[in-house]
Amino acid sequence: MPIQYYIYFCLALFSIGIIGVLTRRNAIIVFMCIELMLNAVNLLLVAFSKMHYGAALAANPNTTAGIDGQLFVFFIMVVAAAEVSVGLAIIVMMYRNTHSVDINFLNRLKN
Amino acid sequence: MSIIQILFSFLTVLALFGAIMVLVSKNPVHSVLWLITVFFAISGHYILLNAQFLAIVNLIVYAGAIMVLFLFVIMLMNLNAESEPRKHLWMKFAGVISGGCFLMVLVSLIRQTVELTGKTVLMKEGNIGLIKNLGKALFSDYVVPFELSSVLFLSAMVGAVVIGKKD
Repeated sequence: MPIQYYIYFCLALFSIGIIGVLTRRNAIIVFMCIELMLNAVNLLLVAFSKMHYGAALAANPNTTAGIDGQLFVFFIMVVAAAEVSVGLAIIVMMYRNTHSVDINFLNRLKN
Repeated sequence: MSIIQILFSFLTVLALFGAIMVLVSKNPVHSVLWLITVFFAISGHYILLNAQFLAIVNLIVYAGAIMVLFLFVIMLMNLNAESEPRKHLWMKFAGVISGGCFLMVLVSLIRQTVELTGKTVLMKEGNIGLIKNLGKALFSDYVVPFELSSVLFLSAMVGAVVIGKKD
């Protein structure tokens, strides 16, 4: 499978995430679109890792080239899990104060 | 058309359709369910690339844990389609236009990159995605970031409790 297919697919997914962040006002949907962008990047990292591995496999049959990409994806997932827990706590606190999840309520920090 | 190409096309279409449905759904619960569909499709892509460990982690962590957390928060707030905040139509239009411009610039950039021509991705072969090799690398080269991530989880847990505490 050519690498371009994966790049175009991940770009489309990432752009859909960006469009979601720009067009929706619900804070939870915005947060979900950020998760969508993270997943597009993850998939592209794995695809590039397999691309480098396939190129190095011809020279050395037991190479581990490209394994760093998959470990990066693992760490991105770890950080995303921590980020979601804190972010949802912030959204719950915001809902408790304003009784809304509209992000336009957050344009003023006072009161 | 081989079976891999058919599966790739099917998973790609499913993921893109689910991602679009996340945006256009009025009900936040439907958005979460469509996002779970996208995560399943991306896990299918990982399995096609023989990254089995990441496929399972993606299912357990994202589709299992994070999305359930989202669903709990949405049900806690009692959000539905009626209480959904709306943006003006021209603001939505501007968002779609700017996102489309971003996509167009990057696609044209990839199209004229000579370094990527002829490069292929190794499908369904190779053993770097198996848990044995990933574990060896994780506990030899990446042991310090791995331990740091446990500290990060602890601080995230403490932070979530402190932020969410009622006072």
